[in-house]
Amino acid sequence: MTGPEVPGGDASSVGLIDRWRRRDIREAPLWLFAILAILALMALTVATNRSFAHAFEIIIPGITTTLRITLVSFVISVFLGLIAGLGRVSRNFVLRNVAITYVEFVRGVPIVVLILMIAFVLVPIASKAIGFANNAIPQEVRFIVALSLIYGAFIAEIFRAGVESVPKGQMEAGRSLGLTHAQTMRSIILPQAIRTVLPALGNDFIALLKDSALATLLGVRDLTQSARLYTGRTFRFDEAFLVLTFLYLSMTLVLSLLVQYLQRRLGRG
Amino acid sequence: MADRPAIRPDIRPDIGPDDRIVVDHLSKSFGSIRAVRDASLRIKTGTVTIIIGPSGSGKSTVLRCMNHLEVPTSGAVYIDGVHLEAKDTDINTVRREIGMVFQQFNLFPHMSVLDNITLAQRMVRGRSKQEAVDVAMAQLERVGIPEQAHKRPGALSGGQQQRVAIARSLAMNPKAMLFDEPTSALDPEMIKEVLDVMLELAASGMTMVVVSHEMGFAREVGSHMVMMDFGEIVEEGRADEVFSNPRHPRTQEFFSKIL
Repeated sequence: MTGPEVPGGDASSVGLIDRWRRRDIREAPLWLFAILAILALMALTVATNRSFAHAFEIIIPGITTTLRITLVSFVISVFLGLIAGLGRVSRNFVLRNVAITYVEFVRGVPIVVLILMIAFVLVPIASKAIGFANNAIPQEVRFIVALSLIYGAFIAEIFRAGVESVPKGQMEAGRSLGLTHAQTMRSIILPQAIRTVLPALGNDFIALLKDSALATLLGVRDLTQSARLYTGRTFRFDEAFLVLTFLYLSMTLVLSLLVQYLQRRLGRG
Repeated sequence: MADRPAIRPDIRPDIGPDDRIVVDHLSKSFGSIRAVRDASLRIKTGTVTIIIGPSGSGKSTVLRCMNHLEVPTSGAVYIDGVHLEAKDTDINTVRREIGMVFQQFNLFPHMSVLDNITLAQRMVRGRSKQEAVDVAMAQLERVGIPEQAHKRPGALSGGQQQRVAIARSLAMNPKAMLFDEPTSALDPEMIKEVLDVMLELAASGMTMVVVSHEMGFAREVGSHMVMMDFGEIVEEGRADEVFSNPRHPRTQEFFSKIL
């Protein structure tokens, strides 16, 4: 259709406009509005209801522990993941198999079981081996060790995929100029791999933030454990778990919007 | 015919002082596919050798073995008398003397044209930043695109990218240059600008081995010609002789198809 709408325009032009509107609605991020509405409702409840506000005040201090666990574990697991991921694509079959064993072991056991196993079996064995008293190691540290080891394996797979996404010709071009394998990896392959890997790393950061709630298994006072302690004292399950859900959801929403933004920017660039 | 083992220093061929690249009874298999069978070649300093043949005939594989990008299943490659497959050979020191230009350019997309050309100079040749930039700019002048120095490769046309790739290799001051179908991925109107650069390079006395279907170029600058078919070298000789008087029926047939 050309030009502005003719007065008393025929049915087809009306139909066209209708179709436009419907498509607009279909492409709008309705899910985002829904989540925001849910969050707003929750926030309103906390702001207007005293017992919810009280639960919020008691639970919120746990956020520092949640964030500390998340950030520290993420840094360690990216480091571990990079090493294991490079091992995974190494030409050295010993390194490669060590890395694969690590990754497949972690992927084959439930996270909850791994956390219990690492915190109560592996860490005591390791601490005894280096001459530490078993109970000298705080539960939070054990949990960070466990989460880092678990996510290190997940992130290794991300790095492997990233390195494998770089065309083979890049390594050949580097090598043909006389660069060593390691030099080519560092200056040519990894910088390109990191770019493709960033959104996936962001998603794993979000997943790690959520899994940090498993700290409650070891009695570490993060958000989740604070909420559970609160219910244990007050039996106010509605308040505690609504507040808890609200806190995690608002954090992950912000993070996932950030990851999407990053993805769009990288996709364009 | 029995394959020779990969490393047999005792049967090292005679290598004269002007034998830049010697390919000695080279065979290469990929799984059950025998890509190259018992190929032998001598590339003299200052010559331009054109390798022709239908696709899948093993041309690229022979070329890639000359840079150890493929490891021969048997036989050997010598660069300036250095046995590439020998255990005590540092392949990196050999490779820095041999430039390689790929069909797909293989520029580094995450760095500028200039950085593409300075990277190996600095990391491998140990040149200072200023020195590397000077060499890079001189080579970009030579291939005719100094004004593109600060762009990313992605912003350049295919022909310009391939010229950058040639400049990148030349900046290492190689003793020989290998070209693996350098114009096959280019639009027709860009082929000439790349061939012109290669023409100039040949005229300057560079030792070149070129896998190419560009017969006009081959006729103009080729001093030697190698015809491959089904993994074997079926004919080899001076370019003008092979052109005017191909002896092997497969060469005659090949020429009749593409000329």
